[in-house]
Amino acid sequence: MLRDITLGQYYQADSVIHKLDPRVKLIATITFIISLFIVQNIAGYLIAAAFLTCVIKLSRVPFRFMVKGMRAIVFLLLITVVFNLFLTPGETLISVWKLTITKEGLRTAVFMAIRLTFLIIGSSVMTLTTTPNNLTDGMEKLMAPLKIFRVPVHEVAMMMSIALRFIPVLLEETDKIMKAQIARGADFESGNLMKKAKSLVPLLVPLFISAFRRANDLAMAMEARCYRGGENRTKMKPLQYKKRDGLAYLTLVCYLSVCIGANMLIRLPF
Amino acid sequence: MPLILDHVDYVYGGDTELAVHALKDVNLVIPDGQFIGLIGHTGSGKSTLVQHLNGLIKPTGGSIYFNGEDIHDDDYDKKKLRSKVGLVFQYPEHQLFEIDVFSDVCFGPKNLGLSKKEVELRAYAALKQVGLEDEFFYQSPFDLSGGQKRRVAIAGVLAMKPDILILDEPTAGLDPKGRDEILDQIDSLHKEMGITVILVSHSMEDVAKYVERIIVMNKGSVLYDGVPKEVFRHYKELEQVGLAAPQVTYIMQALHEKGFPVNTEATTISEARDEILRVLSRA
Repeated sequence: MLRDITLGQYYQADSVIHKLDPRVKLIATITFIISLFIVQNIAGYLIAAAFLTCVIKLSRVPFRFMVKGMRAIVFLLLITVVFNLFLTPGETLISVWKLTITKEGLRTAVFMAIRLTFLIIGSSVMTLTTTPNNLTDGMEKLMAPLKIFRVPVHEVAMMMSIALRFIPVLLEETDKIMKAQIARGADFESGNLMKKAKSLVPLLVPLFISAFRRANDLAMAMEARCYRGGENRTKMKPLQYKKRDGLAYLTLVCYLSVCIGANMLIRLPF
Repeated sequence: MPLILDHVDYVYGGDTELAVHALKDVNLVIPDGQFIGLIGHTGSGKSTLVQHLNGLIKPTGGSIYFNGEDIHDDDYDKKKLRSKVGLVFQYPEHQLFEIDVFSDVCFGPKNLGLSKKEVELRAYAALKQVGLEDEFFYQSPFDLSGGQKRRVAIAGVLAMKPDILILDEPTAGLDPKGRDEILDQIDSLHKEMGITVILVSHSMEDVAKYVERIIVMNKGSVLYDGVPKEVFRHYKELEQVGLAAPQVTYIMQALHEKGFPVNTEATTISEARDEILRVLSRA
């Protein structure tokens, strides 16, 4: 029932992208997102599309897994497109009743749609090719300088990895409790909003209890292993840059320069 | 009301690379009033199979008939099916949610749309059937011991008055005393009310004492289906699929190999004792 949610799902494969240091992938994703907002013409988007296609090909993750993440934002995408399409002032193209589509509106709407799509696909590449643990490791390392300002970087990273780790566990639990209550004649689908909300009680109470139970067990297990936070804590597999990571950074710099160059040099009518 | 499974197939994960063939061509007839043990190693498909029996999972191939009707027909009343085929999940105490024991047991019959009086009568009867004393009825279910919680959860399903009661590993995580109590109670339910009971377990020891028929699952298919004596005759094959026959079977087999003319088909300790005494007294 709930297994279709692919939030932060990892896809196991043997590829260069999978092997890259998570820091590289994090920085690359941020750079890619920034590049999407720098470029202002179709040439720039073609370059971004080419870059993204190469990365996806290299990652050996089937394309439909990337598109899965899109389902969640289809609604958001539609709203953005509609608003931009009808509410941008400028040169009128078509006018029906009170709605007018302007040339500028069309342009922004299309670009916005492309940006959002690329943004989601780009970040899915990262989550699909990096295990949640690796990802939080990378974040912890990247945010380490913030420790000077007394930001509890390690603790935040640990909380994130625990939260991510428990998403599938709790989803499975939800599925199980739901089935158990359906077996007792519960009905989660029919009825009005009030009735539906009320019907969730038999699901939510056991789910919360189970979440607290798991949290308690985990805390106990961590304490039994003498966990006491980030200070002086070493890693079993410390992150280390390899040659391919350097190459990846180089590629990234090239990509960004090409994007900026294309944006400044190429003048297109749209 | 018999339950019939006709060439049931089930594949998890649809057409992705991660697809798992959980059930392969399962054919079973579950007649009225039997006490059945469903045995299999972890991942053998036994939990998937029982979820098919009350329509929680729709098979990807084949059909399931309850009382002669296909349960996945569009106009079939699934809610009614679920009241007739009661399913108690593994660790059923995790599904408790009400403020007191009695209201929790009322949840099932209430969902059937019965009158308040009927609901309460059924809840009371169910709690009595699982042997819970009155003093616990108005306590929070979360204050009870593990074994008591489990009984409350089983009562929650019993209160719907099912014709078939399915229990998925009802003894998991209980101590030997709690285990025996629960199993004895299920056995008396079967005897007194004549309902069909399907006991899912991976322990032969647990079921050998009670059931009249054993279905052994392995890798999604039915490996053996017969009376316990017949199934335990395959104790060597059972070992190969990660199961074991009851210890008594091993003792009797060993005695037989050493030259004692015992009948190796004894499955419970008392049967074995009688058999050994019989042979010894003759000698």
